[in-house]
Amino acid sequence: MAKSSLVSGSIWDEYSDIVVDRMNNPQHQGHITEEEAEAMNATLIVADFGAESCGDAVRLYWAVEKDTDKIVGSKFKSFGCGTAIASSDIMTELCMGKTVDEAVKITNIDVEKAMRDNPDTPAVPPQKMHCSVMAYDVIKKAAATYKGVDAESFEEEFIICECARVTQDTLVDVIKINDLKTVEEIIDFTKAGGFCKSCIKAGGHEAKDIYLIDILKDTREEMERERLTAMANAPKDDKEDFASMSMVQKTRAIDAVVEEYVRPMLIMDGGDMELVDIKEEAGNFDVYIKYLGACSTCSTGSTGTLYAIESTLKQNLDENIRVITL
Amino acid sequence: MQVYLDNNATTKVDEKVFEEMTPFFCEMYGNPNSLHSVGSATHPKIAEAFDYLYEGINADDEDDIIITANATEANNWVVKSVWLDRILDGEKNHIITSEVEHPAITAACNYLEKKGVDITYLTVNEEGVLEADAVRDAIREDTALVSVMWANNETGKLFPIKEIGAICKEKGVLFHSDATQAIGKVKVDVQDAGVDMISFSAHKFHGPKGVGGLYIKKGVALSPYMHGGEQMDGRRAGTLDVASIVGMGKAMQLATNTMALAYEENHVGMLRDKLERAILKLPDTIVIGDTKNRTPNTTLISIRGVEGEAMLWDLNKNGISASTGSACASEDLEANPVMNAFGSDSELAHTGIRFSLSRFNTEEQIDYAIEKIKEAVERLRSISSSYAYTPKNHVSELEHN
Repeated sequence: MAKSSLVSGSIWDEYSDIVVDRMNNPQHQGHITEEEAEAMNATLIVADFGAESCGDAVRLYWAVEKDTDKIVGSKFKSFGCGTAIASSDIMTELCMGKTVDEAVKITNIDVEKAMRDNPDTPAVPPQKMHCSVMAYDVIKKAAATYKGVDAESFEEEFIICECARVTQDTLVDVIKINDLKTVEEIIDFTKAGGFCKSCIKAGGHEAKDIYLIDILKDTREEMERERLTAMANAPKDDKEDFASMSMVQKTRAIDAVVEEYVRPMLIMDGGDMELVDIKEEAGNFDVYIKYLGACSTCSTGSTGTLYAIESTLKQNLDENIRVITL
Repeated sequence: MQVYLDNNATTKVDEKVFEEMTPFFCEMYGNPNSLHSVGSATHPKIAEAFDYLYEGINADDEDDIIITANATEANNWVVKSVWLDRILDGEKNHIITSEVEHPAITAACNYLEKKGVDITYLTVNEEGVLEADAVRDAIREDTALVSVMWANNETGKLFPIKEIGAICKEKGVLFHSDATQAIGKVKVDVQDAGVDMISFSAHKFHGPKGVGGLYIKKGVALSPYMHGGEQMDGRRAGTLDVASIVGMGKAMQLATNTMALAYEENHVGMLRDKLERAILKLPDTIVIGDTKNRTPNTTLISIRGVEGEAMLWDLNKNGISASTGSACASEDLEANPVMNAFGSDSELAHTGIRFSLSRFNTEEQIDYAIEKIKEAVERLRSISSSYAYTPKNHVSELEHN
C-alpha cells in the first residue's frame, strides 16, 4: 500500500497511445477467403483461441505461401475488450512476412512490447496482459494447424505465468535459492503473478492446472524434507548441529551414537542401557539413562562406565552433554 | 454532446441541493453540539433536513434515521452489529442474503463467514428476482438477520420487499433492506413494507457524496458501529456534517415527493423505454432480466458479439457514459455477480451494458445516444469473431411482443 495505490485511476489511463490507436482503428481486422489465399499461392489457415472463463476470443487467418512457408496474408477477428483488439491487431502484423517457424517464436511479451510508446513503459496495465497472451496462443494454434502437430509441442517448458512467461522449473529454483516464503516475494523476484494475477490462485480470470500458491507450498514442503534429510544424514561428529536440533532429532542422534559406539561395549560385558530422557538445563544437555543387564549391578556404573558413555557422546555430539544414571 | 447514463453509479448534485448546502461551509459553520449561537444556528436547517428524510421514506417520528457516511457504512453497521449483538453470544448463527447484493453486504458477510457465521446467499430466478418463498424456506431457528436489496443496481429489478417483510415478521427475524437503488426511483415506504432497517446513500438521488443513512425502526436494538461522542443520540458518534445532512435532506425532498416519483415513472421511464426499444431493434440484443417490476431508469442490455468494455470505450469516445459488469473492465477480472447469476452463457456475462438515466436526461440526449450506440455496435460487430461465427438465435423481447 502507498499513496499512489489509495487513489486508483481508470485502467484506460494506462493504455499506450499505440494501444488506443489500434483499439480505435485496427489495421488488420477482417478475414481471408480460400479464393484469396489461392490467388496468393498460399494455404489458408484459420485458428481460434478463446479463454472460456474470460469470454474473450480471437480468430486468426493466415495465408501461408506454399513454397516458402512464409505468411503472406494475416488478418484477425476478435471478441474482447479494446486491449484484446489492439493486441490481436499487433500480433497479426508481427506475423506478416515471417515463416511459420519464425512466427511461432513470437511471444506475448513481443506483442506487448510492440504496443509500447517507449521501451520502459508497459503498454497496458497488469490485469490486461492476458490479452496479449491470447494473441500469442492463437499463433501457436495456427502454426500447429499448418504443421499438423499439437500446439503444446511448441512449448518446451511448462509455463505457469503466461503474462511474464515464467516456467515452473524457474519458479521452483528461485523459491529454493532465495528461500522465498510468500507469493509477494515470488512476484518481486520473478514478475510471475504480477500481471493478470490468474496464476496466483484459483478464481482468477483464467483457470489453471496449477497455481503459484501450490508451487510455493509444494516447494516449501520439499525444502523442509530436504532440510530434515540433510540433518538426519549429517555426520554424527557435527557438534555444532546438536544444539539446534529438535528434541526428536537429539534423541535420534544420541541413539545413533549409543548404537554405534556404546552398546557394543556394554553388551560385551553382558549389560546394556536405554535412553530415558533428555533435558536442557543451564546450557547443558542432561541425558538420563537406565542401565540394563549386568550394567545395572556393575560397580563401575557410576564411575568408569558412566565416564566412557559421557565422553563418547561429548566427542560425537556436544561438549555440553552430561549423562545421569537413574 | 455529453450524455451521462450511469446514474446508478452516482448522480449529479441537483443545483437546488447545492444552494442549500453552500451557507454551511463558510457562513454557518458552527458545530451543532456547541452551546453558542454559531453552533445552534444550524439546528433549524438540520431539523428541516430530518423532516424531509422522515417524510421521504415515511418513517414514524419514533423511529431513528441515523446519518452515516454512506450506505456502505450503514450496511456494514447492520451486518456487523447483528454479529456483535445476536451471534457472538451463541444464541443465533445464521444470516440470509442474496447472491446479487452490493459488495457492502456480500463482502461484510464473507468476512463474518470467516469468523464462523453461517451465511445463506440466495439465488435470483431467471427474471433476476429474489423470490419471497426462497427467503421463507431459508429461515431457520438460528437466523439472526435477513438482508436483501430493495432494487438491484444492475437490472433495476425490484425485490418483493413487502412479502419478505411479512415473512420475517411472522418468523420473528430482523429484516434489513439496502434501498440505495430504490429511493427517488420508486416509492419507499418503510411502514408499508414492514422493514426493520433500510440503508441509503444521498449521492444516488442527486445529493452529495459522502453522506447516507440508516433507518432503524423503533425498538430495534443495534449496537453503535462508531463509538465516541453523544451525537445521534449515542447511536453514531462524530461531529455532524451539517452541509451534507442539509444536502441529503433537500435531495430526499426533491426526489421522493409524489410529483417527483411520477416524473421518474413517466418521463425518465419513457426515455429509458425509448432507448431500450431502439437498441432492441438491433438484431441479437436482449434485456437481461425481465422488463416488469423494475426501477424506471435502468436497463441492462446484452448486445451479442460486443464485449462490454469495448462498447464502453466507443461510447466514451462519443461523450456517453454507461457501465458494464464485464470482467474485463474490473480490477479483479471477475464478472459482476449479477451477470453470472443469469446462467452459464459466458458471452452474455461479457456483453452486458447498463444504461441508468436520471431526471436530468433529455430526449435529445437519448436520440444522440441511440445514434452513437448503433455506430458502436456496427463497428465492434465488424471486428467481432464471436458475432461473425455464432448462430444468431436471440429474438429481442419487444420485437417478439
